[in-house]
Amino acid sequence: MLEKYRNLGLSFLVVILGLFGIYLVSGISPYIMLKSIIISAFGSIYGLSETLTKSIPLMLCGLGLSLSFRSSIWNIGAEGQLLMGAIGATWIALYVMPNAPKLILIPMMFIVGAICGGIWALIPAILKVKFNLNEIIVSLMLNYIAIEFVNYLIYGPWKSPYEWGFPYSTKFPISAQLPRILDTRIHYPTLILALVLAIFIYIILYKSKLGYEIRVIGDNIDAARYAGLDIRKIIILVLILSGGLAGLAGVGEVAGIHHRLRVASGISSGYGYTAVIVAWLGRLNPFLIVFVSFLFGGLLVGGDAIQVSLGLPGATINFINGLILIFVLVQSFSKIRLYSTKKGAER
Amino acid sequence: MNFIIEVLKATIPAGTPLLLGALGEIYVERSGILNLGVEGMMIMGAISAFSMTNITGNVWLGVLISIIIGGGMALIHAFNSITLKANQTLSGLALTMLGLGLSGLIGKGYIGVPLSGKLHNLPVYGFKDIPIIGPIFFDQDPLVYISYVLTLIFWFFLFNTRFGIELRSVGESPDVADSAGINVAKIQYLATFIGGMMAGLGGAYLSVVYAPAWIEGMTAGMGWIVLAITIFSLWRPERAILGSYFFGCIRVLQYRLQPLGISPNLLNMLPFIFTILVLMLAAREISRKRISSPSSLGIPYFREKTL
Repeated sequence: MLEKYRNLGLSFLVVILGLFGIYLVSGISPYIMLKSIIISAFGSIYGLSETLTKSIPLMLCGLGLSLSFRSSIWNIGAEGQLLMGAIGATWIALYVMPNAPKLILIPMMFIVGAICGGIWALIPAILKVKFNLNEIIVSLMLNYIAIEFVNYLIYGPWKSPYEWGFPYSTKFPISAQLPRILDTRIHYPTLILALVLAIFIYIILYKSKLGYEIRVIGDNIDAARYAGLDIRKIIILVLILSGGLAGLAGVGEVAGIHHRLRVASGISSGYGYTAVIVAWLGRLNPFLIVFVSFLFGGLLVGGDAIQVSLGLPGATINFINGLILIFVLVQSFSKIRLYSTKKGAER
Repeated sequence: MNFIIEVLKATIPAGTPLLLGALGEIYVERSGILNLGVEGMMIMGAISAFSMTNITGNVWLGVLISIIIGGGMALIHAFNSITLKANQTLSGLALTMLGLGLSGLIGKGYIGVPLSGKLHNLPVYGFKDIPIIGPIFFDQDPLVYISYVLTLIFWFFLFNTRFGIELRSVGESPDVADSAGINVAKIQYLATFIGGMMAGLGGAYLSVVYAPAWIEGMTAGMGWIVLAITIFSLWRPERAILGSYFFGCIRVLQYRLQPLGISPNLLNMLPFIFTILVLMLAAREISRKRISSPSSLGIPYFREKTL
C-alpha cells in the first residue's frame, strides 16, 4: 500500500526533473513554472473545476486502456477512439434525431458514441486475430486517420453555414447539451458515468470469469492457451470495451464542453496518449486510475496555464509526460528483477 | 511520361527519411530490441539538425549533430530495455513523447525561420544521362546518394560479416548466442545505437533537405510508418527500399492530387491507410513463406533463466 503512494510521490520528482530540463532549454525557472502549474490547477475553485473537467476523459480512456493493457493488448488508439465517439455523438445530435427530447437524445449519443469508439478499436482487434498484425501500429495509424476524418467533416460536409466560415459543425440543440455544475465546465453526467464504470470495471476485472481470463492471458498467454481459453474472443471483447470507453469520453467532450464538432486538436489535447500514462501510473487499478486522472487533469490545466503566462509551447507537457512514463517504467523494473531472481533461486 | 518521371524523381527524396529510419530499425529489431521511439528520435534529429545548420550555416554539421542526438536518445531506450529489462513498448512510447515535447520546446524560436545553409542537387556525372533511370536516381542531393550507399552497407554487414551473424543470432536466440560467447548486451546496445543514429539522420534529412524548414511535429507519423516498413521489409535492408519509396510516392501523390479538388484531409489519410494495407500484405507473405520476426523481439533477455 505504502509503495503505491511512494511511487506517486516519486513521479512528482520526475515532473520536477523535467521542469529543470525545460529550464535548460527555455531559461524559465522551474520553481516559477511548478508554482504556476500547481496554483493554476489546484489553487482555486476555478482551477480545481477545470482540473476535474479535464480528468473526465482521462478517466474514461484510462479505464478502457487498463482493460486492454491488463490482457497485454497494446491499444494505443484511445485518441482515435475518443474522436470517433465524438463524431458518433455529433451525428446523432445534428443529423439523426435533433428534435428528440433530452432524455432520449443524450443516452442515444452516449450509446452511439461508445459503439463508434468500439468499432474503431475492433479494427486492430480483427487484424490482430485474423492476420496477426501488430495492434500498436494499427491502432496508432487509426488515430491519425480519425484526426483527418474529424477535420474532413468540419471543413467539408458537416461545416456549419452559421459560423462565419470557422471550421465548426452547427451548434448542438439544447437538448443535446449535457448539464454542468453551476458555472463550471464540469459535465457531471459524464463524471458520474466514469465513476460508475470504474466500479463496474473493477468488478469485471477481479470478480468475474471474464476478468480472470483477461488476467490469465495478460500474465501468461501460453497458460491461457493450455487452459483452453478462447483467446481471440477475449482479445476482441477487450478491445471493443476499451474503445467503447474512449468513445464515451469523446461524447462527453462534444456534448459537455464544446457543443459542436471542431478541429480534432480542439476536441482532444492528446487525452488518448496521456491516458496511457494514467493507466500505467494507476497500476491498471480502476480506482487508482480515477485518482491519477485527477492529477494529470491538473497537469494539463497547468500546461495550458504556462503556455499563456510563461509563453512555453504546448509541447512542453508532452515532454513532462514522457519523463513520467520513463519513470513509471524504471519503477516497474525492480519488480520484474525480483521476480526473475526468485525464480532462479527456486531452481 | 514526363509526369511519371517527375513524380518518381520527387519520390526518392520523399522516401529517403523513411529509408534511413527503416535501415536502422531493421538492425534494432534484428537484435531482438523493439524501439517504438522512432518518431521521437526522428523529430529530435530534425530540430537539432535544423538549429545547428542555422547557427553554423553548415548543413553537414547539422547532419552530424542529428546523428549524435538520435543515437543518444536511443541509448535511453537501450538502458531501459537492456540494462533495466523494463517494458520496451512503454519505453519506446516514452521516447516518442519526450522527443515530440522537447523538439517543440527547442524549436519554438525556429518556426518560420528560413534555413541558412542548403544542400544542392548534385547530378552524378555519366549516370545522370541514362534515360529514365538517370534523372530519377542520379540527379539528387548528396544525402540521397549516401542513403543508397548505406543501404548497400547495411545489407552487406547483415548477411556477410561476423557482426551480422552475431546480430541475427542474438535476435533469434539470445541464450544460444550467449553460450557461444557472444556478448548479447553489447550487440543489442550497438544495434539500438545504430538505429537511433539512423532515425536522427532521417529526421535531419526531413528538416534541412526535404522541407527545408522547421514545423512543430513535422514528422507527422513518419516514425510509425518506418516501423511498418521494417515489418514489410521482412527485416531485410534491400527490401526496405521498396517500402520506403512506395510511401514516398504516396506522399508525392498527396500533393499532386490536391489541385484536383480532393479534400486535403482525405489525402492526408492515405499514408496511414496504406500502412495498414502494407502490413496486411506483409503478414500474408510472412505466413506463406513461414518466416517470422526475430524470435526474441521485444522480450528482455535474462541470463538467469537459461542457467
